[in-house]
Amino acid sequence: MKYSALQIFIQGLTGNKSWKPVWREPEPKSGYDIIVVGGGGHGLATAYYLAKEFGITNIAVLEKGWIGGGNVGRNTTIIRSNYLLPGNQPFYELSMKLWEGLEQDFNYNAMVSQRGILNLFHSDPQHDAFVRRANAMRMAGADAQILDTDGVRELYPYLDFENARFPIKGGLLQPRGGTVRHDAVAWGYARGADSRGVDIIQNCEVTGIKIRNGICSGVETTRGTISAKKVAVCVAGSSSRVMEKAGLRLPIESHVLQAFVTEGLKPVLPGVVTFGAGHFYVSQSDKGGLVFGGDIDGYNTYAQRGNLPVVEDVCEGGMAIMPLIGRARLLRMWGGVMDMSMDGSPFIDKTSIEGLHFNGGWCYGGFKATPASGMCYAHLLATGKPHPVATEFRLDRFKRGAMIDEKGVGAQPNLH
Amino acid sequence: MIINHPLLGPRDAHEFVVLGDASLIDRPAWQDENAAELFYQYLYLRDNPAGTHRELWYHEQGDRSWLVVTRNTLTHEISAVELARDVARRQGRSK
Repeated sequence: MKYSALQIFIQGLTGNKSWKPVWREPEPKSGYDIIVVGGGGHGLATAYYLAKEFGITNIAVLEKGWIGGGNVGRNTTIIRSNYLLPGNQPFYELSMKLWEGLEQDFNYNAMVSQRGILNLFHSDPQHDAFVRRANAMRMAGADAQILDTDGVRELYPYLDFENARFPIKGGLLQPRGGTVRHDAVAWGYARGADSRGVDIIQNCEVTGIKIRNGICSGVETTRGTISAKKVAVCVAGSSSRVMEKAGLRLPIESHVLQAFVTEGLKPVLPGVVTFGAGHFYVSQSDKGGLVFGGDIDGYNTYAQRGNLPVVEDVCEGGMAIMPLIGRARLLRMWGGVMDMSMDGSPFIDKTSIEGLHFNGGWCYGGFKATPASGMCYAHLLATGKPHPVATEFRLDRFKRGAMIDEKGVGAQPNLH
Repeated sequence: MIINHPLLGPRDAHEFVVLGDASLIDRPAWQDENAAELFYQYLYLRDNPAGTHRELWYHEQGDRSWLVVTRNTLTHEISAVELARDVARRQGRSK
């Protein structure tokens, strides 16, 4: 069923009785061409683009819980392509272009809202660094503007410009950045994949990966053994746990990132704002809540909750640039488990085991990458070659000394 | 989290910074034939277990000692705290 204004009108007149479930609940078959392990945003996008762009539809997406119940439902919904390094920026710009056409492409309202993202800077050297970043962004085809204090004041007059320690000197604005309704991304990709014949199998945990003579031939699951020509692992947050079943160690640690939302307020924040001297970012949801977050907690964890020191740190960051946030009451806070990689950049690659592929290491930037990650992973699975914008996301890059370290802090995952 | 420091007693985790897996104590020998491979594994690959994890914490806002904390990554429960110096010496390191 194609969604349209006409459909809503017709269904409204007929008592909304003939809406269909958005995806099927199939039993797993004994074998598939490709099994995608992980029914999050990236896994569902991978299946969608495999079916749509590469015509491969004999695919199963296996999900331990329910689709969209992991990090695609726990993030702060920001999309942007404001990276610096040549290994990263073209990839994230492809993602941004896919976001821009996504709703028409998969016929689902994902509420893509390009309301702009503003990275504040607080000193002259930081100004120079952001000019460099803006130039790198524009060279990769993205949009970027440097605003001075007056420019920022016009957009956000209530920020603390005269803060004694971190005065606001301007900002790097990407007008095409913004927010997206995160759950709808999972649902839209699921619907698009399902309607093209992909089996989405929920409550199906992978308990083992079948490997013989260095060749992967399928997976063991809680719903039986399923064979496949190719297995595509896509479970960021739990990557080490799943790849351990294939005997592989990864350049990844799992960490928790906390997020916060306040009670609903009247419209106050038109776009996304980030603090340049600490780690704090904030936007306002369409329901009115201020959605914000900051640093990861810093210790290895698989628990989807954090501790109070980081809560304090995030709130201090908020108060430093936007004192009005102190009047808002916190409604909810939660945590999501991140694959923190050794250089802060992701992986979309084959592994040393034939037929076993890996997508992970997204740190806390996985949501914005969802469309491009799906597209590039599908490209790798279908053609055997990396997509032109994802040639650097290789598992062996540390061995080759070809790290993509945006922040320049080295092999220290809790600092990326 | 409260870390029960072997010398100072219970201290808030706030006072510490975390380095990572305690295997970082076992720096490979640079003269080894496979030194490049060993250092690659030492620097970049992690077990990253879901469950018991031994890790290095530094008491930055305190006595600046290095600790080996045994902690469960699913529950955050801490089961043992030792001075990293003692752990290293037990493994045959001279300092």
